[in-house]
Amino acid sequence: MPPAIEADGLVKRFGATTALAGASFSATEGTVLGVLGPNGAGKTTATRVLATLLAPDEGRGLVGGFDVVTEPHRVRTLIGLTGQYAGVDEALTGTENLVLIARLLGQRRAAAKMRAAELLAQFGLTDAAGRAARTYSGGMRRRLDLAASLVGRPRILFLDEPTTGLDPASRNELWDMVRGLTDDGVTVLLTTQYLEEADQLADDIVVIDRGTVVARGTPLDLKSRAGAAVLQMRPTQPEQLEAVRAVAAELAGAEPTVEQGTVSVPAADDALMPAVVRRLDDVGVSLAELTLRRATLDEVFLALTGHRAIEADPTDDLQESA
Amino acid sequence: MTLDRTAPARPAVTTDPGVPAPSRRVSPTQWASQSLTMAWRSIVQIKHNPSELLDLSIQPIMFVLLFTFVFGGAIGGSTDAYLQFSLGGLIAQNALFLTIYTATGLATDLQKGTFDRFRSLPIARSAPLSGRILGDVLRQLWSLVVLLAVGVLLGFRITTSPVAVLAAFGLLVAFTLAFSWTSVLLGVLARDPEKVQIYGFTVLFPLTFASNAFAPTETMPGWLQAWVSINPVTRMADALRGLLVGGPVAANAIATLLWGVAFAAVFGPLAVWALRTRT
Repeated sequence: MPPAIEADGLVKRFGATTALAGASFSATEGTVLGVLGPNGAGKTTATRVLATLLAPDEGRGLVGGFDVVTEPHRVRTLIGLTGQYAGVDEALTGTENLVLIARLLGQRRAAAKMRAAELLAQFGLTDAAGRAARTYSGGMRRRLDLAASLVGRPRILFLDEPTTGLDPASRNELWDMVRGLTDDGVTVLLTTQYLEEADQLADDIVVIDRGTVVARGTPLDLKSRAGAAVLQMRPTQPEQLEAVRAVAAELAGAEPTVEQGTVSVPAADDALMPAVVRRLDDVGVSLAELTLRRATLDEVFLALTGHRAIEADPTDDLQESA
Repeated sequence: MTLDRTAPARPAVTTDPGVPAPSRRVSPTQWASQSLTMAWRSIVQIKHNPSELLDLSIQPIMFVLLFTFVFGGAIGGSTDAYLQFSLGGLIAQNALFLTIYTATGLATDLQKGTFDRFRSLPIARSAPLSGRILGDVLRQLWSLVVLLAVGVLLGFRITTSPVAVLAAFGLLVAFTLAFSWTSVLLGVLARDPEKVQIYGFTVLFPLTFASNAFAPTETMPGWLQAWVSINPVTRMADALRGLLVGGPVAANAIATLLWGVAFAAVFGPLAVWALRTRT
């Protein structure tokens, strides 16, 4: 079965900036593909190319088997898009926003109103249906935006950083809604800056950096390669730092970093922390601090690419969203 | 370009075998229906934005009252005589100010991502623009009716025929449609409704006030007369005066339309280029 989304060597330049430098990835039908990367990595550009908003300079994008450059109209009949900035019309009510899309898609007035009411109910917006979207909270606006992208029952959905700027509660709500979609066989391409979000939602993840794919795999693959968590240890006596480092290196099977009297090592395995504690106890090292924390995107990058995730300067970001 | 355009399209994996493949393009009927839907949206926006209703109704009324009663006596000798002269000018100026709506609406859509949403839909590429412009034409007509009604209430006498009044409507719509291309370009380049207001009025104020909309050309210094006499606002104001209260029409109407053609010829392609490359 051919993939629902296929990007093959996509290149896109904006003047001197190369937003995409030969990105290739694909999404299997009915799955969520997480495109993970820092600001300016090319995530939005890739989404815009595949959603037919931007023509690539090189390479080929296939969505639902149709070429995004030569058959954009056919691609558009299959897709829904929720952009980084909520694309709802703030002057219109929730109902009017959805009716607008339904009418544009050729639905009759009555059918459009029914579809709007159905989606508003599904996204918990029935009470706010008659209010202008500008009075909505950020979370409500994102939900309305997601609802708007679903009016035409798309088989393939592009979600470009859908939870950026949302509070944790709204974010969790949105996650639940995305999970519900794939149950119906919808293919989702989700871009995110958050490792946790990709981990929560994606069946497969591609890590993108400076316009190219630097790693791909299931969340589990990537976590075991990069360490989903980081174990941090600070010995009570600084002279025992080397002993701690050696134990961590041996048990974790990875090279720890030593910074400011603290040893950090990727913890791919939940059993690492108790094992380290036991061993350090055996060799008589006492710890002033022991922390198991989630790996940051930066650390995943470091582990996967050997360099830190470099935040693009703001002008790149502007151009990417342009 | 490594894109292989000759490769056959693969079947749509997500389409059921029994369902025909989606169409390749939009039919003219679909285009018309989509444009009407977009125009509906643009009109519904007014309902939820009282300040726009104010701009469309109260502001033209204020201008009529201000120019008639405050300046009218001084400029025209009497308020009555001045109103007969100035209403054509007020209509021309107001129409140009209203074209700003095309730019602010477009800039808002671009800024908020609404435009991206539209472009990701299987609709005609031009529908968002044609719908908006259709909505703006309706705004023009509304505002024109308000201005004429207030004028008549204050003593403005239409001394020509209903056909001439309709021709005035037609001329106004034709010119503002052509002039709207400048607004489309501004909206795309500015991408910010507030900047649109600033840039727009920076151009529109001198354009509309350095005309004979409010005062006869002969009263101005020579260097200004040179510009005022060719200014499209002057020519349109004169054509509207001719169509509403009598006087020469043909030369002014033709000049107005030629200006319209010039604006469309210069700014139309630029606006389309900007829409293609900057969105």
